[in-house]
Amino acid sequence: MNAIGLNQILFLSTILFFIGVYGFLTRRNMITMLMSVELLLNSVNLNFIAFNKYLFPGKLDGIFFSLFIITIAAAEAAVAIAIIINLYRNHKSIDIDEADVMKY
Amino acid sequence: MLGANLIILIPVLPILCFALIALAGKRYFPKACGALATLTLLTSFCLSLMVAYQYFFVVGNVGGVFQKIVPVKMTWLEFSPGVSIDMGILLDPISVMMIVIVTFISLMVHIYSLGYMKGEERYATYYSFLCLFTFSMLGLVLSTNIFQIYVFWELVGVSSFLLIGYYFDKPSAVAASKKAFIVTRFADLGFLIGILVLAFYAKTLDFQELIMRLTTQGSYLTSMMSASFLGITALSWGLALVFIGGAGKSAMFPLHIWLPDAMEGPTPVSALIHAATMVVAGVFLVARLFPIYAISGQDVLHFITYVGLFSSFFAAIIACTQTDIKRVLAYSTMSQIGYMMFSLGVSGYGGEEGLGFMASMFHLFTHAMFKALLFLGAGAVIHYVNSNEMKDMGGLRKKMPITHITFLLACLAISGIPPFAGFFSKEEILQAAWQHDKIVFVVAIITAAITAFYMFRLYFTIFWTKDFQSHAAHDAHGTAGHHDDQHGEGPATMMFPLMLLALLAVIAGMVPFSKLVTSDGKPLITEFHPTFSIAPVLLAAIGILIAMRMYKKENQGPQKFADSVKTLYISAYHKFYIDELYIFVTKKVLFNLVGRPVAWFDRNIVDGTMNLMAYVTGEISFSIRKMQSGKLQQYAAYFFVGVIGFVLIFVFRK
Repeated sequence: MNAIGLNQILFLSTILFFIGVYGFLTRRNMITMLMSVELLLNSVNLNFIAFNKYLFPGKLDGIFFSLFIITIAAAEAAVAIAIIINLYRNHKSIDIDEADVMKY
Repeated sequence: MLGANLIILIPVLPILCFALIALAGKRYFPKACGALATLTLLTSFCLSLMVAYQYFFVVGNVGGVFQKIVPVKMTWLEFSPGVSIDMGILLDPISVMMIVIVTFISLMVHIYSLGYMKGEERYATYYSFLCLFTFSMLGLVLSTNIFQIYVFWELVGVSSFLLIGYYFDKPSAVAASKKAFIVTRFADLGFLIGILVLAFYAKTLDFQELIMRLTTQGSYLTSMMSASFLGITALSWGLALVFIGGAGKSAMFPLHIWLPDAMEGPTPVSALIHAATMVVAGVFLVARLFPIYAISGQDVLHFITYVGLFSSFFAAIIACTQTDIKRVLAYSTMSQIGYMMFSLGVSGYGGEEGLGFMASMFHLFTHAMFKALLFLGAGAVIHYVNSNEMKDMGGLRKKMPITHITFLLACLAISGIPPFAGFFSKEEILQAAWQHDKIVFVVAIITAAITAFYMFRLYFTIFWTKDFQSHAAHDAHGTAGHHDDQHGEGPATMMFPLMLLALLAVIAGMVPFSKLVTSDGKPLITEFHPTFSIAPVLLAAIGILIAMRMYKKENQGPQKFADSVKTLYISAYHKFYIDELYIFVTKKVLFNLVGRPVAWFDRNIVDGTMNLMAYVTGEISFSIRKMQSGKLQQYAAYFFVGVIGFVLIFVFRK
């Protein structure tokens, strides 16, 4: 059994990323879209950790970045949920297709 | 010694007063503005008298020659070394004389207006405009730099515009103010081009440098004489264009059309601006550059002579037929300014040759006195009768004794009857004309006779002819009808300036002008030839007698005479159709031949290009607007596709 290498991890993160993109582009429910965004961020986190571990083992830059991203993701989730709640109060719906007032 | 600070106060005080009245006075102390402005002007006048005394008798005269003194000079804008716009004060005999005239007449008008404008709704505004005008005029006469004079020239134009249009609810006043502004602006275009031409060749804007460079032989003068356009040298073009600016302000033919209409302003304003000060700005300008005209630009000087002479004669004829008393005075002003102009034209520079220059300045001085008096007297009459028309007047001599006497004195002065001011100055002018050009002399002397005739026509129709009675206009007003019997001639504030000016109209001729104001600063010895004065005085007396015969008693004489020269009379009554000619040229010729094609070009070519561009942009936007669907996921998909595209480009670039 080969040890898990950089390629495998990158492969995993790529799959994770595209699942996130797919979710973001196709789900109607805004909460689900938010979850998809979290997937995107996590795939990036994986990349940072992997590159840090395999290419620059003596440094901590990648790890710090992933910590930042986790923090930002938490803040972003709070903001996004606040927006979604307000949208719900006004439209009685969190369907993204119905929030299309801003158009031509 | 002359303190620069004191001299600078003369023009600065009125502008401070203007600012104070315009910013605060109108709201907080509107009733006191008149007194405030009058006191300011009084201070200014006292200062100018001091400066004049100091200049003429203490510091100005060095070795028998009056110097040009520049106590204040600041560089305002520098274009290149040597060519700069300066703001400063230049004292020489003519500018000192002018500041005394301007502050004095302005002071008289301020005092007079205390009574005349009392109770006007925009009383404070009126005084603020008067102060603005006084400032501009003082700045104009004290200029050291040809561009400075241009700046103040325009300021004078603007304040004149504001004052003519003072009764802005009267359409005729609005039209008159616009006309005055546009006509003088048009002339000022010539002035500006003239300045640029002179400055381009002489490489300076400073008066003294300019005069020195263009009167002495040297590279500047040669280059200017050798360059030519349409067969006329650049120097002549420059000087003629500058003169056109002066002709516009001084109402010389054919740019005179604004002056009679300017009489729509309040009468004291007419006295100040359109008789005594602003309209002589053109004469002043030519006098300021006189050495250049006399030494290097003789051909232009001839042109000035004939323009002045023609305007003088032309205006005198029109004045005989007008029935609005202020218009008669306006044409007489134009005629007298024509006198000053041709007097400059027949003069040479320096010594005995400079008689015309001295005479012109002398006439400017005496004319300011008696013409202001005539206008203020006319103002009193209008105040009393409430009409400008001669037919509403007559027999006023018993009702308004002071006005009657002062008006008579002014009429005698303007007609050139011996002991009065106008006699002396007119005599000098006629002598200068006699020495120089006999044709000019003959026309001038005929004009003098006509002047005497129309002034006394005015005098007799106002004060004699018939007994004064409240005319129809008043009866129509019924009981509301007016103040004739209650208010008498007018308050003391109106009578005092009349009396003071009348005194000056009598004695101003005694001022030894030939020793003070001459073309080169050296005193001029003038001889008085009693035999020479016989002809002009006799002609003036004949003019007066004819006027007396025709207008002292109501009779059919004037009507018969008018009928016998019907064509001339009617065309003169319509001011020789100059206004109609202007209307024809602008409306028919300019509008159709220039205005229409330009309008077509603007509407179709310029606007068309712009519309086409807007149309194309609009069409493209319209066709792609569906992309802006409002669906978030769609945008995200575009973005994603874009990112993929970039990645592919980077990966497969090679």
